[in-house]
Amino acid sequence: MVRKLTLRQHDALIGFFLILPSLIIILGISLQPILSTLYFSLFEASRGINAPQTFIGLGNYVTLLTDAVFWAAIGRTLYFTLVSVGLELVLGLAIAQLIHTRPPGWRFLRTSLIIPWAVPTIVNGTMWRWIYNADYGALNGLLLQLGLINKYIPWLTKPELAMNLVILADIWHSVPFIALILQAALATLPADLEEAAAVDGANALQRFLLIRLPLLRPAILVALVIRTVEAFRVFDIIYVITNGGPAFSTVTISYLTYLETFSFGHIGRGSALSFLISLFTLVMAFVYIRILYRPEEKL
Amino acid sequence: MKNLKTPFALTIVLALLAGALGCQPAQQAGPATIRVLTMEQAGPTVEEMNAIVEEFNKANPNIKVEIEYVSYDALHDKITTAMASTPPAYDVFLVDDIWYAEFAKAGYILDVTDRITKDMRDKIFTASWDITTVGGKVYGMPWLLDEKYFYYNEELLSQAGFSAPPKTWEELVDQAKVIKEKGIVEYPIVWSWGQYEAAICDWVTLLYGNGGRLVDDSGKPVFNDETGVKTLTWMLQTIDEGITNPASVSYVEEDVRNVFSQGKAVFATNWVYMYDLVNFNAEQSQVTGKIKMSLMPAFANSGVQSATINGSMGFSVAATSPNKDAAWKYIEFLTSEDVQNRYSAHLLPIWQTSYQGESLNKLMGYTPANATTVPMFNEQFPFAHVRPKVAYYPEASKALQLALQLALTKQKTPQQALDEAAAKWVELAK
Amino acid sequence: MNKVLRTLILVMLVALVLLFIYLPVAWLVISSISTRAELLSTPIHWIPQQPTLQNYLNIFFPSQGVSEVARTFRITLWNSFVVASSVTAITLVVGSLAAYALIRLRLPFSQTMLIGIMGTRMIPEISLVIPLYIFASRLRLLNTPTILIITYLSFALPFAIWLMAAFFDTIPIELEDAARVDGCSRLQTLARIILPISAPGLVSTGLFVFLTAWDEFFFALIFTSTVAAKTVPVAIAEFTGRYVVDVGSMMTGGVLAAIPPVLFSLIFQRYIVSGLTAGAVKG
Repeated sequence: MVRKLTLRQHDALIGFFLILPSLIIILGISLQPILSTLYFSLFEASRGINAPQTFIGLGNYVTLLTDAVFWAAIGRTLYFTLVSVGLELVLGLAIAQLIHTRPPGWRFLRTSLIIPWAVPTIVNGTMWRWIYNADYGALNGLLLQLGLINKYIPWLTKPELAMNLVILADIWHSVPFIALILQAALATLPADLEEAAAVDGANALQRFLLIRLPLLRPAILVALVIRTVEAFRVFDIIYVITNGGPAFSTVTISYLTYLETFSFGHIGRGSALSFLISLFTLVMAFVYIRILYRPEEKL
Repeated sequence: MKNLKTPFALTIVLALLAGALGCQPAQQAGPATIRVLTMEQAGPTVEEMNAIVEEFNKANPNIKVEIEYVSYDALHDKITTAMASTPPAYDVFLVDDIWYAEFAKAGYILDVTDRITKDMRDKIFTASWDITTVGGKVYGMPWLLDEKYFYYNEELLSQAGFSAPPKTWEELVDQAKVIKEKGIVEYPIVWSWGQYEAAICDWVTLLYGNGGRLVDDSGKPVFNDETGVKTLTWMLQTIDEGITNPASVSYVEEDVRNVFSQGKAVFATNWVYMYDLVNFNAEQSQVTGKIKMSLMPAFANSGVQSATINGSMGFSVAATSPNKDAAWKYIEFLTSEDVQNRYSAHLLPIWQTSYQGESLNKLMGYTPANATTVPMFNEQFPFAHVRPKVAYYPEASKALQLALQLALTKQKTPQQALDEAAAKWVELAK
Repeated sequence: MNKVLRTLILVMLVALVLLFIYLPVAWLVISSISTRAELLSTPIHWIPQQPTLQNYLNIFFPSQGVSEVARTFRITLWNSFVVASSVTAITLVVGSLAAYALIRLRLPFSQTMLIGIMGTRMIPEISLVIPLYIFASRLRLLNTPTILIITYLSFALPFAIWLMAAFFDTIPIELEDAARVDGCSRLQTLARIILPISAPGLVSTGLFVFLTAWDEFFFALIFTSTVAAKTVPVAIAEFTGRYVVDVGSMMTGGVLAAIPPVLFSLIFQRYIVSGLTAGAVKG
């Protein structure tokens, strides 16, 4: 006998069917690999997936957490994330502010911002790799002609520079994203608050720091979190520009996972790495869902 | 909502089932399909390779070969991934020399020692079996035999007053000094000592040319012994004396080719691919018609006449392939004397007999470059050395690359750097 | 501050940012129309003395000696387009339904589901390659656009759902209530009220998804091997042989690979801004 559904149950039922296809696709594709990765992380599956595997429980995790190479990779990834996102934020804010003041050519500027952001990652990486080329690259050519260097420098062979060069390539690609978000947010800010402050004697800097910046907080937060999660998992651009080199100086945590899993064949260790990375990013994601989703709108 | 918990639970089960669906082995029916994974620019052109496949398919109606081409960088990763599934996504693949030990240990490739006939053993270059042999067992047929050659710019060399290329590295240094003094080029020789596999290749060439070895008979690293340190010190000296192009410490093979093609170096070592481009391709080279090859020098008093790096590849059967025999049949066909002789416009045959009599003339006549490279290959190959067949080679190589780089950039002494790398090798061997 | 001086400074700043944006791209384009000799010359040729369209000709009208990669580049462009468009279309349809359900229809466990869906995106994609490869291999989906589409869908949906949910959230609930009062069912409300109003949001979501799908490299590299499914990022990577690096063709491929996403972004640029706004400002 079919009970008559309340409006709420009726809604929920429809909602269930609406969300079903998405759930099937997402879980169907991702769930099994995630579970199998978790499974492999508990084994010492080195030298390939067909090789004999011994169950070692949390052994891989312990090895990783006590491995200097792992922590070095974490360190580099944090460096990449902080510097990259930090600079993007500052530059993005500056550019957003610039557009907001409506200087001549602001429309063209805003449109142009889209280009670096739309360029595919691999094109971006290849392009910058060529710019950094030791013998024929544009960077060397430019700096030489400007008199800033007197001899071509093999940029990508310098461990201390390589990471920063990758960061530059990443910044070029990602600043527009932040600039556009912040610029849109700026456009919606009410002008009266600042006008009142101006009347009260606050100068431009004070108005900016004490009124505008706080009002931009939600937008900054969103941009920050999205970019941080992305930056922490960076892989493609490293693969294209430096392949982890020179001397491991650009091996981020994702790249280390690639090395372990594919180049060295340590499937077990690679899987454990993946979970550790997921843990880090999950924490970050949890933070942003907390901040962005108002619990009172649910149920 | 109580009565909705069931549907939700069902969804999760559904999703898991969808994933589990992928766990049923695929069915096989009809003619045995052999999937081959290889590389573009791996000898014959794509058209030629496809033609060989067609020939084979016609001659073997119950086997169907399908061939796919990927870039070198992707080849290793694709093989690793392909072997993760059962049945494997490919039955035959091209394996680089330095992956053989790794793949053998991982159980990716089939032991074909028993399938090698005496005929093959005798008639194929002995040095080429080094490539596909790991621990005394053969795991594939050699393919794309390549080694590093000694190139020199005859015109520039004669300008310096020399009529013959150097036979020893010491002689090269003497010639280079004269070249440099006369202002013919600033840095007479250019190498690929960048922190890549390329550096290892040059290192092997020089180390073995000094009577040294990378590992001893038990597999222990010995490259940090007296000979090794001497060799590395020699390399540093050539940079200090302005004989070696200092940019070499960041170069790979292509960079060497670029420098050499612009006439900025008189000597260089590189794989065979450079010869055609540098001597016959006016679009890419400014020194066409002036380049010759000679036997790779060695160090005087080392007891070694010549030494170079063996950088060939091989075709192997996937160990878990359901059609091993068919797969091997294809490889046999591909590497057979007959097929190789017919398609050697871009490929050096692995059969020694191809380099004799009528076959030799035919080989040499294919392209202008072949007239030089073919006899040169025949002469040089017996002196080619492979890198150690150890399963941990990728990691080991990175450690050695780092050591060479640190020494060449004077961040560590040669002894220090090599010792550290040797220690890492020992650690990896555990 | 003096008005003229202020304007001057602003113009200089704008010029500076424009330089930052355009210089690398300009170099990319210049490299694609340079001959190899000019690419490898020192001092550097900022403006090629003998510009050539040969690289582009090799791709669009390949002759005998042209490399296999260049010859098949067009096909990879088409493959990328097919994959990216399919992913976008399916995501918009399936995702908007899910987003609506999450926002308006008070589902149980919606918070959990959201976290769960987002959670699947936390694991680095590298780790998913091998298990997914096995899955695809068993289902004979290797080297087909289908497996790429399915994979990218699972990557794109979570983000798309979140974005679209944010858009739907901005629609005043009174509008929906009015429609319900007038007799529309939930689904009719969705079709007639929600979707049209949030069209800008849908467009911007679609754009993000398209860009992400077009961009993807590693999975395409491992899952595809012939022109049956190879996408543009893989093709660009293949201009590097074992030793030879074909710089000119790589730059050309880069330009061609960048044109569709850049073009689409420029066409729909209004929606990008509104998209980012809804996600960020309303937050």
